[in-house]
Amino acid sequence: MAYMTDLKRAIGKGSAREGTEHHWSMTKSSVALLILVPLFVFTFGPMLGEPHADVVAYFQRPFPAIVAALTIVVGFMHFKGGAQALIEDYVHGLARKITIILMICLCYGAAATGLFAIAKIAL
Amino acid sequence: MADVNRGNRPLSPHLTIYRPQLTSMTSILTRITGNALLVAALLIVWWFLAAASSPEYFAVVDGVITSWFGDLVMTLSVWGLWYHSLAGLRHLYWDTGRGLEVDTAEKLGIVIIVLSVVLTVLTLLIV
Repeated sequence: MAYMTDLKRAIGKGSAREGTEHHWSMTKSSVALLILVPLFVFTFGPMLGEPHADVVAYFQRPFPAIVAALTIVVGFMHFKGGAQALIEDYVHGLARKITIILMICLCYGAAATGLFAIAKIAL
Repeated sequence: MADVNRGNRPLSPHLTIYRPQLTSMTSILTRITGNALLVAALLIVWWFLAAASSPEYFAVVDGVITSWFGDLVMTLSVWGLWYHSLAGLRHLYWDTGRGLEVDTAEKLGIVIIVLSVVLTVLTLLIV
């Protein structure tokens, strides 16, 4: 039998006090994406399967390039919040920390890659 | 006193004990579509990277995305994107304290399912 007190067992198991901020950040990015997603679908979509020169010329224009860049950045930051909630629900212990860190690395990595590519095409 | 009956207490019933309902199914579908969109998002980033690199590399990646398998992934992702967007809109509406009654929530569930299919068909026709 371990002689741990109830207080010792309870410490660290409570709210992280960041749930409100997490929810608010998802609210903000979701509203942004409601505007960006339709713009992105109907600018990026028609370019799929087009010749390379046409694609490059299209994303050299300000509007499609800015919409694509914003959608990729805001989209991956929104995904980061949602995927973290998913991991926290189903993965526990050390595996949870490792999965969350890897997922965040992937999100920033993909967002940076997308931004770099669009900047290189546009400029 | 502190260690009496630790870890041997009854748990409240979880997911598996409930009959599937429209509200719970539309909720889990929001999570599945949102997370599954990672595949399309990574494909799109890859596509942009290839377009920024060279015409040859672009031809390879564009070929992958427009292959029958790429088309399948992108078509399902378009539906996932519209479904997740509409479900998010429903969440924003709920966040204002409205539409939380069971019959309203279920009606909204049917609306987002039907509308997501309609938007997907429209997108495929336009794009």
